Amino acid sequence: MAAKTTTGSRKKAPAASGGRGAISIRNVTKIYDPEGVNVMAVDNCSMEIQAGEVCMIVGPSGCGKTTLLNVIAGFHSLTHGEIYLDDELLCGPGKPLAKQGADRMVVFQNGALFPWKSLLDNVAYGPMVQGVLSKSDARDKALDMLAEAGLKDVADKFPGEVSSGMARRAEIVRALINDPKVLLLDEPYRAMDALTKSIMHEALLEMYDRTKVTIFFITHDLEEAIFLGDKAVVMTTRPARTKKVVDVNIPRPRDYKLLSSEEFRILVEEAKDAVHEEAIKAFEAGERELA
Amino acid sequence: MTEAVQSAHDTSFVVKRTRLRKILDNKTLWRGIAAIILFILFWEVCSQSKVWFGIQVPWIGKIPPPSEVVVNWAEIVQHPGYWESWYLSFFRVFFGFMIAQVVGIPFGLALAVNKYFRDIFFPPFEVLRPIPPLAWVPASIIFWPTTELSIAFVTFLGAFFTIVINVLGGARTIDIQYLRAAQSMGATQWDLFRKIILPGTLPSIFTGAAVGMGITWEVVLAAEMISGGGQQSGGGLGFFIWSSYMGGSMAQVIVGMISIGIAGYVSSSLIRYVGFLSMPWRRLF
Repeated sequence: MAAKTTTGSRKKAPAASGGRGAISIRNVTKIYDPEGVNVMAVDNCSMEIQAGEVCMIVGPSGCGKTTLLNVIAGFHSLTHGEIYLDDELLCGPGKPLAKQGADRMVVFQNGALFPWKSLLDNVAYGPMVQGVLSKSDARDKALDMLAEAGLKDVADKFPGEVSSGMARRAEIVRALINDPKVLLLDEPYRAMDALTKSIMHEALLEMYDRTKVTIFFITHDLEEAIFLGDKAVVMTTRPARTKKVVDVNIPRPRDYKLLSSEEFRILVEEAKDAVHEEAIKAFEAGERELA
Repeated sequence: MTEAVQSAHDTSFVVKRTRLRKILDNKTLWRGIAAIILFILFWEVCSQSKVWFGIQVPWIGKIPPPSEVVVNWAEIVQHPGYWESWYLSFFRVFFGFMIAQVVGIPFGLALAVNKYFRDIFFPPFEVLRPIPPLAWVPASIIFWPTTELSIAFVTFLGAFFTIVINVLGGARTIDIQYLRAAQSMGATQWDLFRKIILPGTLPSIFTGAAVGMGITWEVVLAAEMISGGGQQSGGGLGFFIWSSYMGGSMAQVIVGMISIGIAGYVSSSLIRYVGFLSMPWRRLF
């Protein structure tokens, strides 16, 4: 296995602040084995995410970021290594597949609101199906949370009737109502235009300031990563390893004015070379994206 | 954001026309009516060509003109036998169709969600599927004590395979992200089935129903022609056409054909309407 070109495996003690949602990824390797052809998607990848931290994973398309997310979420098994959530083993030796659970909610790349339910029923679904709340209580809570996100007026609409921005926001609300320890976002704003994206960013920041939930956010947009994150982890192209970790010590709350500030520019520059190098490698390899 | 919502509300006031006005303004409707009128005129002229111009137009010249058909029809509708044919054909179609739905939808869903079930039942299903329903007629006559049941069975087969293939295809193409999302929110297998797979398959169920309904009409008509007007199960629009042909009334044959066209249209409209009611999220446009 290749030597680590990273500063990302520094070990820190889990946050002692009583926060929750600290993720410890230790030497994780994932090899897909479709019909005997081994494809290494993640190679000996390690990182520590503090409780309540916004961790941005940056890397070229198809580098294996989503694989890592799928392993954490329990959609895929891992091949080597271990992952802990708040010092509890999620998956590791003898338990390659993490159990899916409402403590880790995923917001998918293409959006996965159920098209046959209204936004309100989508959001109310989690607590209802878990039996945590009765149907009417779940709907009341869902409406409150949608209202907080500015979606009260469209609560009764179907996902197909609202803009992609609203749908994505509702999807985040649907995740949050389950009170997850970690929010796993897989390039949620990928297909959006720059203007919508900036509105989505501010809404996400506002939501984060309110909830302080740990966020694991996959993107290939470096500026997005620096703007939103407490740190940005730059990944190598496939197989994914941590290449560089950029700590973003910009105070919150942040707004769009930050984008034109000097400190923002400096941080972007710092990470740019690393990202660009990997993007070229990925392009030249011409590899197709893995699921 | 709030402005966006506001403007979305405003547009609903702009397009406030009465229902009647909307229908009268509908160009598609007028074009459709004009096309049908033109078609009838064309038919009339071609059918009458021998009398009017002394030349017989091929094909259409051989059939009676619409004016004669209408006269014939006006007379036929006074006979209860004509309406009985309608009733009998409709009954057979819906009987076979409903049983095909009741058996086919659960069967298709079971194929979709259970690997073992699929491994066992899909291969024989695929071997039986290409056999045209009418090839089942002799076997069906042996299987069932009455002709009526034989017709019902063949009708059922016509719709069954189409329905199953559509349900299976629909259920298997449900986005895996919906299943993952529901599962991480704590849905049990039963929740997944009821709240994700079933609604996710509904559009395909209705596609299958629409296609299956068409096949059912074809099969019923053919079966009625074959079975004839025997003592146990006579009648039906298929038999109506066949006996009109035997009796040498071409106008009546055409009355029968148009009746089937209308019956088929009514049936598929019904399916569309039920689909419209049960899938509110697909009514967006």
